[in-house]
Amino acid sequence: QLFSRMSTTVEETDLITDTLWDDLEESLLAADVGPRTVIWLIERLRERADAEQMRTGAQVQRALREELVDLLGDSSPLHLSQRSPLTVMLVIGVNGSGKTTSIAKMAARLSHEGHKVMLAAADTFRAAAIDQLKVWGERISVPVISQQPNADPGAVVYDAIQAAQARGSDVLIVDTAGRLQTKYNLMEELKKINKIIQRFVPDGPHELLIVIDAPTGQNALLQARKFAEDIGLTGVIITKMDSTAKGGFAFAVTDDLGVPIKFIGTGEKVEDLIPFDPQSFVAALFAQE
Amino acid sequence: MAMFESLTKRLEGIFQNLEGRGKLTEDDVNSALREVRIALIEADVNLKVARQFVDRVKQKAIGADVMGSLSPAQQVLSIVQEELVEVLGGSDDKNKLDLSGNPNIIMLVGLNGAGKTTSAAKLANYLRKQHGSRPLLVAADMYRPAAVNQLKTLGKQIQVPVYSEPAGSDPVDICVHALDYAREQACNTIILDTAGRINIDERMMQEVVNIRDRVRPHEVLLVADAMTGQEAVRVAQDFNDAVSLTGMILSKMDGDARGGAALSIRTVTGVPVKFMALGEKLDAIQPFYPDRLAQRILGMGDVMTLIDQA
Ligand SMILES: Nc1nc2c(ncn2[C@@H]2O[C@H](COP(=O)(O)OP(=O)(O)OP(=O)(O)O)[C@@H](O)[C@H]2O)c(=O)[nH]1
Ligand SMILES: Nc1nc2c(ncn2[C@@H]2O[C@H](COP(=O)(O)OP(=O)(O)OP(=O)(O)O)[C@@H](O)[C@H]2O)c(=O)[nH]1
Ligand SMILES: [Mg+2]
Ligand SMILES: [Mg+2]
Repeated sequence: QLFSRMSTTVEETDLITDTLWDDLEESLLAADVGPRTVIWLIERLRERADAEQMRTGAQVQRALREELVDLLGDSSPLHLSQRSPLTVMLVIGVNGSGKTTSIAKMAARLSHEGHKVMLAAADTFRAAAIDQLKVWGERISVPVISQQPNADPGAVVYDAIQAAQARGSDVLIVDTAGRLQTKYNLMEELKKINKIIQRFVPDGPHELLIVIDAPTGQNALLQARKFAEDIGLTGVIITKMDSTAKGGFAFAVTDDLGVPIKFIGTGEKVEDLIPFDPQSFVAALFAQE
Repeated sequence: MAMFESLTKRLEGIFQNLEGRGKLTEDDVNSALREVRIALIEADVNLKVARQFVDRVKQKAIGADVMGSLSPAQQVLSIVQEELVEVLGGSDDKNKLDLSGNPNIIMLVGLNGAGKTTSAAKLANYLRKQHGSRPLLVAADMYRPAAVNQLKTLGKQIQVPVYSEPAGSDPVDICVHALDYAREQACNTIILDTAGRINIDERMMQEVVNIRDRVRPHEVLLVADAMTGQEAVRVAQDFNDAVSLTGMILSKMDGDARGGAALSIRTVTGVPVKFMALGEKLDAIQPFYPDRLAQRILGMGDVMTLIDQA
């Protein structure tokens, strides 16, 4: 809303005023960009405005968009291994962020593109998590490898790798239990899963994707940092972008970790997943509802 | 904890030039409150709420005597904290669940993945143990794959019955039928687990209105994820407009999210926090303590809650 106010009030000929800077700051904060990033951005813009002798608010706004797009880095598609016949993707994140749903969406996409996809139900902890993935598997006609509730997730992953190799699948996506990044034991469990993949699949896992939902605020950066530190990350998926939240934490996350955003989730249906595009993400920040 | 240290340090930095003791001047207070405002926004307190809050504190802080063993920084912090507790409902009784109904009907609503289903089971468990209630859980989420199974599994774990109907049933009908079922089973507390929904999805919001209108719950609780950012206010307002919230459950407080969203929601909608959820286990729920949340928001950790959990 604040963004839309800003975009409507900044006319091509409006001069640069204190109000403009305040509005910019407010709108960025309101989108969850976070105080540190915002302070940095505004300083940088003020410098640029001086150096480039900008005169109008519209010029500043264009420069802001450039800076924001820059922070997001380049978009990149899912990495499919050229060396290993089996590409393994590990999907991780805090509770309820949208991991399982995003996995189903990615699997549907990949199998539509002609890949032979398999899923591993390595969330053996949450009630009916296995059932949830199985229902998705049936819907999208992708096999799901699972064991009993409370089975060792590492064992499920091992099984799934064996099965994928035996059946000639070329992509295996591993669903993991939600875990807050502060939980030591759960993070250790994740490291173990990661090691099993490393041991049995050359260069694997080929994607380590963290799923963060758009309504998340400043905790997003702490999540991304800790998961990156503990097992590494190759990409980010931002879900629930169909909400009114703007997902402004994305700028700090990509800037801090240098890891690209791969997909945006926009709903609960299997087709509600779009490849990330920095330009439209930034445009959406400024979009009017 | 690190955050608190940094806020304290930053405030101490500001007050370094303050000669000795005496009264806090407007200038001192202004620069201190700038830091407080940033700390609040870092804690996910809504911008406008943060500004409003800081204005309140300013009135109290200017002219306050700095005395005793408190440094000016500590003095400002203690005013901030007192005020936070107050805004969070420290001195009122709204934080308690209304259990005067017969039966009691409690409906949980919220965004996707916020923690409704888990909280429904925790609440059932809590009410049975703490209040001797005879709860019935109602599976009214017909959308999320295996949502019904999830609730059934949780119900089994805590030995609480779960009312459900086959796939394709209408969520409003399910809730209405559940009332009859509860009577038959002599359950006196009915907890409705509704599907997750985005607050601007009109069709889904209408569904929850329809359930509310037919079932007339005593409590309509918003389950709000402690990690929610600036949009928390908008979400709560939309749900409140649709179904008149009576309270909220702040979930996932076992992590390092500061939970500023709760302050924003409470300030803007007046909806009180009634419970905090602190984990995936089914006993990980506790009544709301404003002072604990105030400390969390300021980044002072949450010593009491951690002690309770140990
Ligand atoms: N509106 C919307 N809902 C989504 C999106 N992605 C996932 N969801 C919903 O969010 C809720 C949680 O999704 P899950 O996929 O179960 O999340 P998860 O991360 O696997 O959860 P845990 O395994 O419990 O940690 C479900 O209700 C999903 O339907 C999205 O992009 N938009
Ligand atoms: N760490 C932690 N996890 C929680 C808490 N409450 C719920 N969860 C987890 O969060 C995830 C989502 O919880 P659900 O209860 O399925 O959320 P929901 O709101 O019912 O989700 P939908 O029905 O899909 O909208 C699950 O992994 C839960 O185990 C909590 O207080 N702490
Ligand atoms: Mg899952
Ligand atoms: Mg649910």
